[in-house]
Amino acid sequence: MTTETSTAVEIEMITIVIDGFEITVPKGTLVIRAAEKLGIQIPRFCDHPLLDPAGACRQCLVDIEINGRAFPKPQASCTIPVENGMIVKTQLTSPVADKAQKGVMELLLINHPLDCPVCDKGGECPLQNQAMSNGRSESRFEGVKRTFDKPVPISSQVLLDRERCVLCARCTRFSEQIAGDPFITLNERGALQQVGIYENDPFNSYFSGNTVQICPVGALTGTSYRFRARPFDLVSTPSACEHCASGCSMRTDIRRGKTLRRLAGDDASVNEEWNCDKGRWAFKYVNNRERLATPMVRGDDGELHETSWPHALEVAAAGLKGKRAAVLTGGRVTLEDAYGYSKFARLALGTNDIDFRARPHTDEEASFLAAVAQTATTTYSDLDKADHVVLLGFEPEDESPIVFLRLYKKVRKGKLIITTDAPFASRGSLKLNAHRAKVSEISGLTSKSVVMVGERLAETPGALSAALELVNKSGAKIAWVPRRAGERGALQAGAISNLLPGGRPTSDNAARVDISTAWGVSTLPSDKGRSTSEILHALTLDSDDPKALDAVVIGGVDPLDISADALSQLLNTFIVSLELSHSAITAVADVVLPVAAVVEKSGTFLDWEGRARSFEKAIEESLNRSDVRILSMLADQLGASINLPTVAATRREIESLGNWDGARITFDKSAITPENSVSGNEAILTSWRQLLDLGTLQGGEDNLAGTARPATAHISVGRATKLGVTDGDLIKISNSFGSITLPVEISEMNDSDIWAPRNSINSQLMANLGAVQGVVTVVKA
Amino acid sequence: MPFTSEHEATMDTIIAKYPKSRSAIMPLLHFAQAVDGYVTPASIEKIAEKLELSTAEVTAVSTFYTQYQSKPVGEYHVGVCINTLCAVMGGDAIYESVTEHLGISNHETTSDGKVSIERIECNAACDYAPVVMVNWEFYDNQTPQSVRDLVDGARTGNPPAPTRGPKTLRTWKQNSAVLAGISDGLANEGVSAGEPSKLGLNIAAKGGK
Amino acid sequence: MTQLTPVLSANWNDSDSFTIAGYKRAGGYAAVTKALAMQPDEVIQLVKDAGLRGRGGAGFPTGMKWGFIPQGDNKEHYLVVNADESEPGTCKDMPLLLANPHVLIEGMIIASYAIRANHAFIYLRGEVVHVFRRVQQAIEDACAAGLLGKNIGGKGFDLELTLHAGAGAYICGEETALLDSLEGFRGQPRLRPPFPAIAGLYAKPTVVNNVESIASVPAIINNGVEWFNSMGTEKSKGFTLYSLSGHVTNPGQFEAPLGITLRELLDLAGGVRKGHQIKFWTPGGSSTPMFTAEHLDIPLDYEGVSAAGSMLGTKALQIFDETTCVLRAALRWTEFYKHESCGKCTPCREGTWWLVQMLKDLEAGKGTEADLEKLLDLCDNIAGRSFCALADGAVAPIISSLKYFRDEYIAHQTQGGCPFDPAASTLFESVAH
Repeated sequence: MTTETSTAVEIEMITIVIDGFEITVPKGTLVIRAAEKLGIQIPRFCDHPLLDPAGACRQCLVDIEINGRAFPKPQASCTIPVENGMIVKTQLTSPVADKAQKGVMELLLINHPLDCPVCDKGGECPLQNQAMSNGRSESRFEGVKRTFDKPVPISSQVLLDRERCVLCARCTRFSEQIAGDPFITLNERGALQQVGIYENDPFNSYFSGNTVQICPVGALTGTSYRFRARPFDLVSTPSACEHCASGCSMRTDIRRGKTLRRLAGDDASVNEEWNCDKGRWAFKYVNNRERLATPMVRGDDGELHETSWPHALEVAAAGLKGKRAAVLTGGRVTLEDAYGYSKFARLALGTNDIDFRARPHTDEEASFLAAVAQTATTTYSDLDKADHVVLLGFEPEDESPIVFLRLYKKVRKGKLIITTDAPFASRGSLKLNAHRAKVSEISGLTSKSVVMVGERLAETPGALSAALELVNKSGAKIAWVPRRAGERGALQAGAISNLLPGGRPTSDNAARVDISTAWGVSTLPSDKGRSTSEILHALTLDSDDPKALDAVVIGGVDPLDISADALSQLLNTFIVSLELSHSAITAVADVVLPVAAVVEKSGTFLDWEGRARSFEKAIEESLNRSDVRILSMLADQLGASINLPTVAATRREIESLGNWDGARITFDKSAITPENSVSGNEAILTSWRQLLDLGTLQGGEDNLAGTARPATAHISVGRATKLGVTDGDLIKISNSFGSITLPVEISEMNDSDIWAPRNSINSQLMANLGAVQGVVTVVKA
Repeated sequence: MPFTSEHEATMDTIIAKYPKSRSAIMPLLHFAQAVDGYVTPASIEKIAEKLELSTAEVTAVSTFYTQYQSKPVGEYHVGVCINTLCAVMGGDAIYESVTEHLGISNHETTSDGKVSIERIECNAACDYAPVVMVNWEFYDNQTPQSVRDLVDGARTGNPPAPTRGPKTLRTWKQNSAVLAGISDGLANEGVSAGEPSKLGLNIAAKGGK
Repeated sequence: MTQLTPVLSANWNDSDSFTIAGYKRAGGYAAVTKALAMQPDEVIQLVKDAGLRGRGGAGFPTGMKWGFIPQGDNKEHYLVVNADESEPGTCKDMPLLLANPHVLIEGMIIASYAIRANHAFIYLRGEVVHVFRRVQQAIEDACAAGLLGKNIGGKGFDLELTLHAGAGAYICGEETALLDSLEGFRGQPRLRPPFPAIAGLYAKPTVVNNVESIASVPAIINNGVEWFNSMGTEKSKGFTLYSLSGHVTNPGQFEAPLGITLRELLDLAGGVRKGHQIKFWTPGGSSTPMFTAEHLDIPLDYEGVSAAGSMLGTKALQIFDETTCVLRAALRWTEFYKHESCGKCTPCREGTWWLVQMLKDLEAGKGTEADLEKLLDLCDNIAGRSFCALADGAVAPIISSLKYFRDEYIAHQTQGGCPFDPAASTLFESVAH
């Protein structure tokens, strides 16, 4: 876990007077911000602290004088930085500023429709609120209002109502300055100026939802939320995002036990005030039809039957008791739940056979995770200070979108070099002006540089070793950015064979003593433990094989994330499945125990920085239990208590354990795999998951899915010429397992390479090719 | 029409004139009008591709400036100045007369595609009021009758020559090409200056009044 | 003695005045040779000493503007000439460029040399194709003559000159909107600071000057500071182009020393059209508050016009006689500002929308005297509240017409409509259908 380190920098402070009160603020502070610090609220629309000042709405006009010289007319306080000797009079003390503000407000309202009663923004609308606080009580406008067609969908998930728009340009500035997706712009001119898209290109930005959130009126609304609730009917709970390891702070709005919307929360050191559309809009999975409500046990008829908790726990315990059992947790569980699994494996099952990696993995990675990732302290703030960021097996816009925003913020100012090992320049890479290079070609890193390593690097043996070599020789910082929200927490909790909680090596006697003392047991298993793939293999062995496993406890794992045969490996074993919804695993499980979704429980995610993102239960009325609570009951049933009755108790126990201060596992370097050589129609396939794809947690939200990037296969000009295809033509990618057919997108890349999305419509690689990378054959379809 | 490789080469030449390619967006939009007569979706997409901009960014620019047309205009695009001075001096009467004569109103085109009408703002020729612009060439000191004759001539392929401009009126597309920077070699045609422009000069030459 | 001083217009009677040969025959390009023999700073100083002020409307001292460009900063510098002449009534730069584009080019070479710019731009409004042809040809001819391009006059000075056509947007006459437009954006004004002298075109130090300002430079170089200072008034030095239009017997361009009066100019132009009297006029385009017959003797220099409550602006003297309805004029100008508002800021965008509706009602005879107060209050909420000066210009005709012709506004109300016959104002007898 990480704490911010602040470096002392000399900042010039400036003292000004606002409405008779002195305030001292850093040089460069805008007058409107200085006023905020005094609790003086100057009305505003276009102003947003994270966007470049616009000075467009003119709502924040104040009177200013500097060293006795008064500006001849009121100034926009959102564009003027403080200066020594400045005296500011806001609407509170200047009749001129007050009249100016009331005048602007009246003008903003002359063309604004009076549809507040049916507007989603009503009740939380800056225009409504400030019209009350800083406007005239009655309009003098008797003319004809401007009208437009309303609403216009500018993407499947965002609707535009131009009549309501006050043309503050927050949305267009966000799209350009923050997301780098200038797909919405101000069009036309004068009184007809309006926000719009180009007619054939919708606003398909991964970050479009932020424009809905920062719109100061009801001009931009979310399709899914439209007409669903009034803000005062919602109960808001601060929460953390479960969709990736970026660590977004969120707000969840609940009405009658259902999530109606989620908003980006404010956290200056992590997501600032933004989030991605997946985090914002992918929450329907909680209420989908496949959601499990009751425990189930497989009967003699081979079917699952609903049953009571005591009976289900009894059957589960019976199936596990005295058996050689392992634990697979997946990467989505909270720190507390992962801790539950970790402790359950060691105490209730007496094994180190536990792994959270529901994805391709290697021993090299396990060693890297224990030796490097678990202790990594790189933060967002290090990205802010970086001179050069190297992305290895990591595609930030798709795999950790807030990391992308943070990088883009600095790239836009021309102050950051980005290098990526991706096989082609993705849209994200193009926005980051990323140079493409192999890890062996990268140089010029300093101690201010950051090497960001994605989980996919584990798919190429030796790649993590090469990354570490780059870090070691340059003194750059390293960051491990897994895709899923729970991975860093699972690592911290010891939900992996080589580590106990707090980074304690399983192989270390003292570390084991440390934990066994804390847990009140005499010993802990000292075996090496096995990885996900080894566990799956062991489940297929004859029961008389000493390495065989008889049972497995699985929480939130999709077998196709691991390998094409993972599911078949699970067919003849006793499975206890802790799950949200019916899945490939529940279909073969013997006991199914329904667990709480993120909004139904409290918990903590550790983001990629290792920063704790704790959240409380948002849906108070939910009776669903967090995994750890269920595991604790199951352990009790097994007669080997793990004593974790609540999430809060678990949190306290984790905190009391702290981090290991003894010797760490040393990284076990692996040789770099020689590159495959290909010829003819062969190509080397690589892939990653696009942000919006067929991921389980995105289910049920068609409006969101409508903005996903369509799946295309990227190939070089050379290969395209050879195949006789051009952009949009179909090609067939096949191997001995199967094939997929995709439209082509020609990119600058090596002739030997091909790239396809990992889990998108028409491009589900594990299911159809049995692999997410490797040598394939490519022909024109 | 689709952009030919020749068009693309011209576009590249235009882009090369500027230190930063984005600056070429306006001449490229003029060029698009030289090719198609107005700004088509295809040209927005082509310009976006050439300048590495989003199509929305190109749309934002093309819809800001009134010379860029979002639908086809006539071969002869007639702009009647209706800003105050010209309007008062007769521009309003001219506009009323010519639209009634043609049976079309503002931003409309005759069914033969020959003439379109636009109410235009001050065109910097106030000493020649009332002023009419055809394909952005000066027609000075107009009357309702002269403009009716003008559009009749245009519809039969014989428009009168501009007052201060080339000997023969060029078409909308041809003049759009000029604004894109593609020379038509006609700079030397026409007067140096109209009489009102030389009024002070000539009075001075006579030593006073 | 004539009060007129043709300098820029001196050769406009030559049928080839716009060609390089014609210009050279009239002494053109001598100033370049002279200037390139000077140090750049000497050129700046000379223009400062001459007291040349911006002829585009604001009257900012040209030499001082040049002097703001940081030197030795190892950055590209740019000169951008504002040839977007679009202010209603303003009609001086277009005939100047049509008749003599080379004088601008010569001025640009000198100005670029002074501010150490190696790339200069002319932003020409797009609605004047023949002017575009002339300027483009002039640039090509100047290049061919070695006056543009590499190593000009063998002095090691390089200058590339690019002509850029606008596309119909009055706001691009505002210098920062012009720069955004030239960079390929919507022509909306930028926040200042930074000012163009520090971060202008492509965020590099940039001077933006009006056509006439730059075109006046060669004459100053050729004839010297004293010559220039011998014309004009104390703070408004030199000669300038006055453009008379409207209800005058002979409208046209008059090059005269700053400080001449409209009475003197009208005298030269043959007076108000026969049988009529002057009713109201603008000193420098529609954005400058209008004057009446009371103001005929105001010296038309920066200070004189300002002291009388208006602005010299572009010296676009639009003359309207007693047949003209002032409300109709004000409404039409307001419609112009509404059409040309860039849309960026609320007061201008929404204010002009509302003003047009109010004025239409008033013209139609609807409303009461109280509505005039509302109109003025609305103007007060727009002027000085907007992002740039466009809206200040927009309310100028309204406020000034109400100041001088309030009775006429009321007459519309009492008569239930406009008391004027628009046909009486036209230059032709009647409208024959």
